[in-house]
Amino acid sequence: MDTRYLFKRYNTWWVKVAVPKTLRSELGYDLRQSLKTHDLDKAQELRWQVVDQLKAKINQTKGIAAEGTLEVDSSVVNYVPATDTTNPQYYHKVVECQHACPAHTPVPEYIRQISQGNYNEAYMLNWESNVFPGILGRTCDRPCEPACRRTRTHEKAVAICRLKRVTYDHKDDIAPLIPLPEESNGKKVGLIGGGPASLTVARDLVLMGYECTLFERDPQAGGLMRTNIPSFRLPEQVLDEEVNQVLDLGIKTEFNSEITSMKKLLEKDFDAIFVGTGAPKGRDINIEGREEANDNVHIGIDWLTSIAFEHTKSVGKKVIVLGGGNTAMDCCRTAIRLGAEEVKVTVRSPFDQMKASEWEIEDAMGEGIPIHDNHVPKRFIVKDGKLVGMEFEKVEAVFDENGKRKLVPTDEDPVIFECDDVLVAIGQDNAFEWIERDIGIEFGEWDMPIVDKVTFQSSNEKVFFGGDAAWGPENIIWAAAHGHQAAISIDKFCKDFDLYQRPEPTTTLISQKMGVHEWSYDNDISQAKRYLVPHADKRDALKDLKMEVELGFDEITALEEAQRCLNCDVQTVFSEDLCIECDACVDICPTDCISFVHNDSEENLRNKLRIPAINLNQQILVSEQLEQTARVMVKDEDVCLHCGLCAERCPTGAWDMQNFLYQEAKVYS
Amino acid sequence: MTYIVKPKNHHPLLEKNELGLTRRDYEGAVSTLCAGCGHDSISSAIVEACFQLSIESYKVAKLSGIGCSSKAPAYFLNQSHGFNSVHGRMPSIATGAAMANHELLYLGISGDGDSASIGIGQFVHCARRQLNMTYIVENNGTYGLTKGQFSATNDLESKNKYGDDNLFPSIDLPSMAIQLGASFVARSFSGDKEQLVPLLKAALSHKGFSFLDIISPCVTFNNHNTSTKSYDYIREHNDALSRPDFVPSGKEILTEYPRGSSIEVPLHDGSLLSLEKLSESYDPTDKIKAIQNIQESQRDGKVLTGLLYADPEAKDLREILNVSDKPLNKMDQKELCPGSERLQDINSGLK
Repeated sequence: MDTRYLFKRYNTWWVKVAVPKTLRSELGYDLRQSLKTHDLDKAQELRWQVVDQLKAKINQTKGIAAEGTLEVDSSVVNYVPATDTTNPQYYHKVVECQHACPAHTPVPEYIRQISQGNYNEAYMLNWESNVFPGILGRTCDRPCEPACRRTRTHEKAVAICRLKRVTYDHKDDIAPLIPLPEESNGKKVGLIGGGPASLTVARDLVLMGYECTLFERDPQAGGLMRTNIPSFRLPEQVLDEEVNQVLDLGIKTEFNSEITSMKKLLEKDFDAIFVGTGAPKGRDINIEGREEANDNVHIGIDWLTSIAFEHTKSVGKKVIVLGGGNTAMDCCRTAIRLGAEEVKVTVRSPFDQMKASEWEIEDAMGEGIPIHDNHVPKRFIVKDGKLVGMEFEKVEAVFDENGKRKLVPTDEDPVIFECDDVLVAIGQDNAFEWIERDIGIEFGEWDMPIVDKVTFQSSNEKVFFGGDAAWGPENIIWAAAHGHQAAISIDKFCKDFDLYQRPEPTTTLISQKMGVHEWSYDNDISQAKRYLVPHADKRDALKDLKMEVELGFDEITALEEAQRCLNCDVQTVFSEDLCIECDACVDICPTDCISFVHNDSEENLRNKLRIPAINLNQQILVSEQLEQTARVMVKDEDVCLHCGLCAERCPTGAWDMQNFLYQEAKVYS
Repeated sequence: MTYIVKPKNHHPLLEKNELGLTRRDYEGAVSTLCAGCGHDSISSAIVEACFQLSIESYKVAKLSGIGCSSKAPAYFLNQSHGFNSVHGRMPSIATGAAMANHELLYLGISGDGDSASIGIGQFVHCARRQLNMTYIVENNGTYGLTKGQFSATNDLESKNKYGDDNLFPSIDLPSMAIQLGASFVARSFSGDKEQLVPLLKAALSHKGFSFLDIISPCVTFNNHNTSTKSYDYIREHNDALSRPDFVPSGKEILTEYPRGSSIEVPLHDGSLLSLEKLSESYDPTDKIKAIQNIQESQRDGKVLTGLLYADPEAKDLREILNVSDKPLNKMDQKELCPGSERLQDINSGLK
């Protein structure tokens, strides 16, 4: 399916157009506009219209810019310089799934390991990058999948997330593969909160010989992965295994010990402190009847936590869940499993713009839970001191010129739903009451600490933040990505190095040519459709809070799905000095990616290719000028299938297929 | 030889022609010729030309003889008719087929061995008779299939890959074709699709014998630095007469040339070949000048390319012989064999 210019945010399709470098000071890096729909077909219809609008805006600004400047001599032609492929980010961007992953997990490489049956290796590649392959393989928000190149060649993305789960499900004992911590270096790091961010920092640092102490207010580590994600999505045993894998490296833990004063902690003997306390405060709703109904109104994440620790074991017959995010989906599905007979979700926004991941909405609806959109809660109805229902106002979303949404009431009658319990899942906030304001940690907007975006350091040089605690709620994979960076900073801090000197990624580029027609990667493009993951029988699943709903791929399906990967990490590497300009690559390329043209400005160059390269999110590979005809080779990376036919048909080896492995720098080596 | 299957997936923005088909619908099997062979570029140019002309593949007959070039029809138009004939005998098969059913588009693919050596007699008479077909010689100046001996189009004194001199002068097929009466004669280069595709489109639209001599380097046996048919040599010595632009019937000419610097050759189906002149003395309708141009450039050590000669008014074989409009293969037995009475009439007329 063609998703050029489109990207998805909060379940709504947006159009994004890159702004030429010269105009970025005026227009910013890109222009974007919401299409206000989550229906891809509809979005595709609207797309070009919006792209034209945004392009017009760019042209308009260009016109203004041109008036203001002196006339440029027309004989001076703007050429695109040859692409610098030695910059690791060039090929990294071609491996789009990996580029889109905040932790830059080498996706095609682990998928290749799966297809070769090397589950342990595949698992370890994930473990290095994202620490929790089994957990993320079940719960990740999958930023990699919309980036998958398959979506641009008329198909659905490879089921990357579910293949990650395969590495966990089918691995053997990986204990011998886990590196051993170095000898103690005598430095001590305190970690507050036992969630994914802290665990990542702890893992990276403990391997370097740091002494890590983890403080957790709950009796077990895991953070939101334990308290907020129900076990029918993430079985406890998976969670325990991967959390313990980190803790067993030699991390000191202090459970049931909530830190109530940062000042006191700073007085202790820690060289650095990492705050990974997440966004632990569920937002409440302040409307009429809230206080009277208090006994039957629960904050979603707190309610899920008390279920996780088995303090809560039942719920009323009729339940309303307020909110449209993933927590709301977890709440409603949990309520049904606790025996509620009538569960409904109400959300203020239109259905299209719900924040929950599409698949979580699908799963909730698949379990028979209705979602009422455009319903704004107005009051709790309490009779004889007991909650009996809620009143909602119906609204519609109206967007102003700037794309800002407003919910405008319609004239319809208020809607009343009966209920026994209400679960409020309308957002989460950070809570830093325990950090004194006179200890050098500055706070900014919304009472959030000021944290450096590169180093994760706060204004108190000893204190670092990461995960949801740094900039508000995100996903587990972001916490892992933050953790790696914070660990690098803490290490540099403890060793008195410049925190802004970030380590370079490790990259390797290795030819895959083995013989005249033999390649050491599988370049047969699978024509299979995306495989669906089997689910447990609904009748059984709904009765058991702990029964995992998704069953994961079996080995054969995993292999078939792995075959769908296009190997975008096997790069088409071009050597201009070998090219004889015979056109063989141009003729054979199934997606018309390759052109030989005279150099020009980037805009003109993109337009005069065999098929214009109009997706500005995608790079073009430009060669040096060729000797024979003074043209340049231009390859549009957009829809290259990495099939290797260009290299196969090249008589001189000017094209080669080379495996590019990009590994984000970690603090340990 | 390529073992990778070409994936069906194509660019989402791939253009469609008037028939709703994409360029990919005109492809054939993946080539088994050597990687980098000029013949593959020609196949690709044919695909492009047929796509742009919205030709219905099933109305095309691809005919060939023996040789690397003659394998090429397998690599384009996989929904067309095809006949792979005996070495050098493609013109006979084409003549027979065209006489039986003149409603198909006949596309002959031959090579320098197939046409200038073993099949030269066939080629000569096919041109002379003005058979309505497009005759392409994929000219690489070598016998590639038998490991690189000199062919009859190899230039005198050029060396082969192993350092031996060629002792005999070359046959210039376009000059021959013009002299023999071919009504559309062009030379092009497999590595120059900007010139080749419009010429192919014009050749396919021309009524009568269209002859295209396409220099097509053999990467394996004739692309060394003493070859006169290598990619390097042709690029260096290419002397293009004109820059062609094919204008389909009913379409406007979009390119603008300075006054007096362009020539238009109208084709019988209403389309037009608009040529930007690159040489002062260029006039593709003048037979004598055409031959003179070829001779001169040969003397100067250049390779003259572009439309060399065209006579859009010329009659084709069917008109010359006054053959019925209804193809013979569509006639029933009664029409084909009108009976003994009619035979007697004829016989009496001959007495």
